[in-house]
This record gives sequence, C-alpha cells and structure tokens, in this order.
Amino acid sequence: METYYKPQDLPRFSEMGEGAPELWKKFSDWYGSVFAAGALSEREKALIALAVAHAVQCPYCIDAYTQESLAKGADLEQMTEAVHVACAIRGGASLVHGVQMKNVNEKITM
Amino acid sequence: MQARHKSMKAFGELLADANEQLKIINNPEAHFIPFDKKFETTGKDLLLADGIEILQVNIGKMCNQVCKHCHVDAGPDRKEIMTRETMQQCLDILSKTEIPTVDLTGGAPELNPDFKWFVEEIKKLGRHVIVRSNLTILESIGFGDYAEFMANHKCEITSSLPYYRASFTDKQRGNGVFEKSISAIKKLTVLGYGKENSGLILNLVYNPVGAFLPASQEQLEKDYKRELWNNHQVVFNNLYTITNMPISRFLDYLIQSGNYDSYMQRLVDSFNPAAAANVMCRFTISVGWDGQLYDCDFNQMLDLNMDHGAPKHIRDFNFSLIEKRRIVTGQHCYGCTAGAGSSCGGATA
Repeated sequence: METYYKPQDLPRFSEMGEGAPELWKKFSDWYGSVFAAGALSEREKALIALAVAHAVQCPYCIDAYTQESLAKGADLEQMTEAVHVACAIRGGASLVHGVQMKNVNEKITM
Repeated sequence: MQARHKSMKAFGELLADANEQLKIINNPEAHFIPFDKKFETTGKDLLLADGIEILQVNIGKMCNQVCKHCHVDAGPDRKEIMTRETMQQCLDILSKTEIPTVDLTGGAPELNPDFKWFVEEIKKLGRHVIVRSNLTILESIGFGDYAEFMANHKCEITSSLPYYRASFTDKQRGNGVFEKSISAIKKLTVLGYGKENSGLILNLVYNPVGAFLPASQEQLEKDYKRELWNNHQVVFNNLYTITNMPISRFLDYLIQSGNYDSYMQRLVDSFNPAAAANVMCRFTISVGWDGQLYDCDFNQMLDLNMDHGAPKHIRDFNFSLIEKRRIVTGQHCYGCTAGAGSSCGGATA
C-alpha cells in the first residue's frame, strides 16, 4: 500500500454498510438529520464540520467539508476563520494542560 | 486563474468558437447520460415551450467588465451591438402580442447607444422592463444619470453580486468591482430601489465562485440582506441563485482547473425533475443582438437557434409557431435543472 489515504476512497464510504447494514442505515439517517438546517443553518454546520475535520485531521473530511462549505454559501474567509477556531481550541487545549504541569511542579519542587 | 482584460474572442482562443464548445459538452464519448434521455425521466418525452412571458433581448456583447465566468464572453473589445432597426422589430412584435415583460441583457445593456430610446419605447407599450445591469457601469463616466433614468421608468434591475463580501466578488468579476457595486447600490437605495412600496425592484444574483452548485436561495438571501445592511446600509428585494453554465469562459475555467468532469457529473447527478419542469426557456424567448431567435441566452451564445419549425429570426416572428415549440437542448441544459434549478429569475424548484 503506497499511501493510506486515497481521494477515490471517499465515495466508497457507503461500503462500510456492507458488514453492518442496519448500523450503517442508522448512522446515515442520523448523519443526515445532524446536517439539516435547524437552530443552526446548513452553512454554519458545514463550517463547524470543517473546523472539526481539521481538529481530527481527517483528509477525507477536509476535502468533503471544504466543498460542502462552499456549496452552502461560505467563502474562503469564513472557512479560514473556522480552521483558526479549531487551531485555537487545539492549541488552547495543550496550553491549559500547562496548569497540570504547574500543579505537579508545585508539589514536588521547593 | 488570472484576471482577464479582454474576451476570449479577442485573443482568438479556441473556446471562443461555439462549435468548439459544443464538441466538448456534447462529446458522445463522454459517459454523461444525454440530457434528452434524462429529461424523459420526468414523464415527458420532449421539452416544450408553454407561451411567452418574457422577451429577453441581448442588446450587445460590449461590457466594461470581463468576468471570469461570463457565458457571453463579453468585454470592452466586443463590438456586436443591436441596431435601432432590430430594436424596432422587437417593438413591432411587442405591439402585436401581449408579452408582458422585456428583459434587457448584454454585455452591459447600458452601453448600447439606443438603450434609453429602447426602454422608453417599450414603456410606451406598457410593458414591464427588467435591466440586467452589472452595477459598475452606473458608476462609470458618462453613465451618471442612468440609475435615475431607470428609476423614472420603473425598470426592475437585476444585478450580479456573487458574494456579500469583496474577496469572492472581485475574484470572479475583477478587482474593485465589489466596492463600485456597493457604491452603485447605495445610489439605487437613495432612489428608492429595494424599499417596500417604492415600486422599484432591485434583485441581486449569486453565482458560485467556482466549480460548485449554489447554496439555498432562501438562506443566502437572509445572509445577503443582513450583511449588506449591517456593513453597507443598502437594501434589495430578492436574491437569485444562478448556476454557472458549462459553456464559454466558465467552460474554459473548468477545463483549465481540471474540474470539468466532476462538475458535469455533479450537474447530472443533481438533475431535479421539478426544476426541469420549470426551466425558463419554457416561458422565455431570447433575441440576439442581430435579431436571431433562440430558446435562451445560453443557446444564443452556443449559436443554437430556435429549431423544430420555429423561426430563426425576429423578422419571421410567428407567435403560433413559437409558443408551443420544442426547445433545442444539449448537455449544457443540465446547468438549469441541477439542484434547486436555475434561471434568470433564480431557483425554479
């Protein structure tokens, strides 16, 4: 296997239903409902998905939700800001753990 | 993709030729199901017209802008301009029929020296006039009084503004276009356009700035109204979402960017029978700058005249041969039937 990630694998996502069709159906129905317009618009949900895609660093999701964000009416500035939100939370999550470092430091140093 | 300053025709580019475009989009070796065959899934064998609600007249291909997606390949170098004689032929048709609306397009229709005369004559016949203005022409030297002229004649104005922020708009339509467009909309707002009960209608048009389909027209309209009011204190009536047709400059972009196959596949996969039932060609006829007749402005740019027994020139206009005519179709027609549908009046489904 020359690479783990191939763009042509993304449209094959539904093949995951072959081993467990009922679970796939439940996942698909729920997934569709999650992204339907509700209290948040479809554009806002696509941008959240794009941010999460960067946080979990999923190339499939980044590809899919860049396209989806554009198709739901977002522009490059909005998508870039969404990615920055993901980065801020990732970076902030690391930094806030520094408090644990300080706690340990306080406990075992003079 | 670099900004353009002249049309594809000016540079003698291959895709400036309608036949070359048709070779690509109707290539029999492509694996896309033929449009006519797909249309049959709606339960009807043929796409047929059903009256004439709109006479759309392209009064010239000259334009002060050179937008990257333009299906007309319009630009400052284009010299094709409708003469007053051909305009008179259109007026003769109007006086003999009850076609209620005339939709003036181009290029920038204001660049035709007989634009004002034509509007005045149409209004004398009591018909509604829509002007597809690119907005920036209203800010150009020599055109300072055109907004007021259109307001005085109660023209409905429909204008492209591909996004409510500058970057996407300028990317598609040229540097500085957003700022000039906002300035023109401010002028129109002062005249009463977009305001309730003013009788002056301003519609904006969203085109995707790339190889994807438009978002929900309803949602985008809310976003545009909120953002344009909050940031620029301008108003408008309706937002129309229009899908980019895989012809002319947008076809060139699709091929150059390697997006042609995936975009066509997306259009085909998104075929919507409800949109197909309401395509604008069923209620519109399109007149070229030289009086040639077409089923729509896109067919006009592909040199696909009306056919199947309908006349090919306005001098031969015959209502009974046109009102129920069979529409000339091709693979580009998928552009009007994808998703929520697309027409000069926005989504159709």
